[in-house]
Amino acid sequence: MILASTQTMWFLTRSSGLVAMILLSASVALGVVTSVGWSNVRWPRFVTLGLHRNISLVAVVILALHIATTVLDGFAPIGWLDAVVPLRSPYRPIWLGLGAVAVDLLLAVTVTSLLRRHISHAVWRTVHWTAWAAWPAAVLHGLGTGSDTMNGWAQLVYVACTAVVLAACWWRIAVGWPARLKPRVAALVASVLIPLLVLFWAVSGPLHTGWARRAGTPTQTEQQTR
Amino acid sequence: MTIRLVLDPIACDGHGLCAEVFPEGITLDDWGYPILREGDVPRQLEQHARRAASACPVLALRVRRVR
Amino acid sequence: MTTVSPRARAATGPHHPAAELPRLIASPPAPSLAAHLDRLGPLPRAGRRTGGTLIDATEAAGLRGRGGAGFPTATKLAAVVRAAGRRSLVGQRRPVVVANGLEGEPASIKDATLLSHAPHLVLDGIVAAALAVGASDAVLCVDRERAGVIAIVERALAERERSGTDPLPIGLAAAPSRYVSGEESALVHWLNGGEARPTTVAPRPFERGVAARPTLVDNVETLAHLALIARFGPAWWRTVGTAEAPGSLLLTITDGHRSRSVFEVPQGLELGGLLDRAGVTATGDVLIGGYFGTWLRRDEVAGLRLMPGDLARFGASLGCGAIAVLPSNVCPLEEVARVTSWLAGETAGQCGACAHGLPAIAGAVGALVDGDGAGRARADLARWIPMVGGRGACKMPDGALRFVSSALRVFEEHRELHRYGSCAWVGAHAVLPVPRHGGGWQ
Repeated sequence: MILASTQTMWFLTRSSGLVAMILLSASVALGVVTSVGWSNVRWPRFVTLGLHRNISLVAVVILALHIATTVLDGFAPIGWLDAVVPLRSPYRPIWLGLGAVAVDLLLAVTVTSLLRRHISHAVWRTVHWTAWAAWPAAVLHGLGTGSDTMNGWAQLVYVACTAVVLAACWWRIAVGWPARLKPRVAALVASVLIPLLVLFWAVSGPLHTGWARRAGTPTQTEQQTR
Repeated sequence: MTIRLVLDPIACDGHGLCAEVFPEGITLDDWGYPILREGDVPRQLEQHARRAASACPVLALRVRRVR
Repeated sequence: MTTVSPRARAATGPHHPAAELPRLIASPPAPSLAAHLDRLGPLPRAGRRTGGTLIDATEAAGLRGRGGAGFPTATKLAAVVRAAGRRSLVGQRRPVVVANGLEGEPASIKDATLLSHAPHLVLDGIVAAALAVGASDAVLCVDRERAGVIAIVERALAERERSGTDPLPIGLAAAPSRYVSGEESALVHWLNGGEARPTTVAPRPFERGVAARPTLVDNVETLAHLALIARFGPAWWRTVGTAEAPGSLLLTITDGHRSRSVFEVPQGLELGGLLDRAGVTATGDVLIGGYFGTWLRRDEVAGLRLMPGDLARFGASLGCGAIAVLPSNVCPLEEVARVTSWLAGETAGQCGACAHGLPAIAGAVGALVDGDGAGRARADLARWIPMVGGRGACKMPDGALRFVSSALRVFEEHRELHRYGSCAWVGAHAVLPVPRHGGGWQ
């Protein structure tokens, strides 16, 4: 079913995408802080864990809204299956595909977490770690497909989300330094290199003119003005 | 039906969330590891005991039904 | 140095076992298969003593495990049979017999002695147990640092293979020599390819052990007794010992600096008399049950009988039968501190209370040796001992705590000497052995 393309759907999909991005970033950061094990008289550990779990669930709901509004808005050729199977849609296949990858991983994380008590802890933990692939995939998806990437305030949101996640990571790396030095240094290097690489790519990619065509926006979609 | 909390001491890593959530039934020793109060969980505290088991990041604490 | 009891006498003639001792360690070391069969006759295979009737005979004999826990052997055999009887998704799983000869207790050498003097009796016991539970495989586990024992067992196994003695294959496994590696679940975990550390994953080995099959884990001495019961019956086996504590058992007696010897004694023997007849010359206090055991004052030992009822009065049990007598010219607190430190280094490090608590307690005991003027160490011990007990996956913390708390009771007066710095024996040559932490866990 394709609803007539209206502004409402388009605004909803953009905003829910950004909100999902914010919530996902908060969830990742809170997950890292949970493993730090920090606590305070006013902020016990179970609060961090509880927030992480609840924000994750809300993020999933908003993500569902983001997917639904994208599909129901007939403007771009994106169907339900494209939300979980990457590279199917002709619309910016790689960048949309990254979103599908993020959805797949987050779906696995959510299901295993809801069934925590019934599966082995090792399985749960392995799947949970794929969140570290899901989050950057979501960021790249947003930068690559997002209609607001050129907007200053949207860029601020991306930077803030990344900053929060990185800050949590650096906190985690710092606590207990220099025990287990090799994985700590590797994580530190990755946490500096990868954002820099993404920044370079963003500047020459989505932030550069002509991105819509280079990303693979189908011509009919591109030609329609908004 | 009453419940009892059971701890797997090998899986336990001393995160301590259980004692935060259910201080009536769990205290931490000098090294941060939980000491469970003996016996069944009183009816009115069952909810807290279940939350404590749910809060354990490594699922070392579990709820067991006792007839 | 190992010596067999000076009262060792062979049984009177072939196949007529004397009603006296010794029964287990009557031979000189490394007997041949022929000599073994000469002395005791063949192990009965089909007929009266096999299958369910051996379990009945074991129950009638009242045999209990000799590894330290003292669990009724017949009950364990029956549990394995029941577990094997339950069909699993892949059909029936034949049980496995694991003979535990690890003997991680430094104060005990009775298993090594038994394996050296009567390897064929132990192997007979493995076969008898295997027939009783319907096992299709067996493995004898020994400490991999005991090269001498390994050599003797290998030779015995080769002999039996050549003469086709055994109805099932018996493997030999050289296991890590850590203190807790001989714990049932630790040993099974290692046999399954993991580290020799205890596990909490239910179910217990008798239901799912080696290769997920029902597994019977028994101490080598228990199996040796089983082999005798299979041959000569429970009534004969009970001619030694008392009604409540029947049969004989092996003890390791450490006599101060002088010697460590293995004796086979009837259960229920009076300890004071035993020490005299064993020629023990040390005059200090006594440790019963090895490093998981209990300290007793020398005057408490007179009239004490080696049976569960009497020992329980002091919270003691024989454990693996290691008894040590301190001489009067060592500092008992220093001995206790040294052993406690060693135990703290032998935890598997898996359970927080034990992994942190035992080193802390060892430190406090060391502080007692140094004087503990402010009473800080004493307060710490009073706080930590009840805190750590019962919170491990295995009995390591409980055993170590029993060792320490009984020491604090028995050496209370001596502790006062240290408060005023006047113990003359600190720094004396060590009596209680503390081997170097023995290698890896794999």
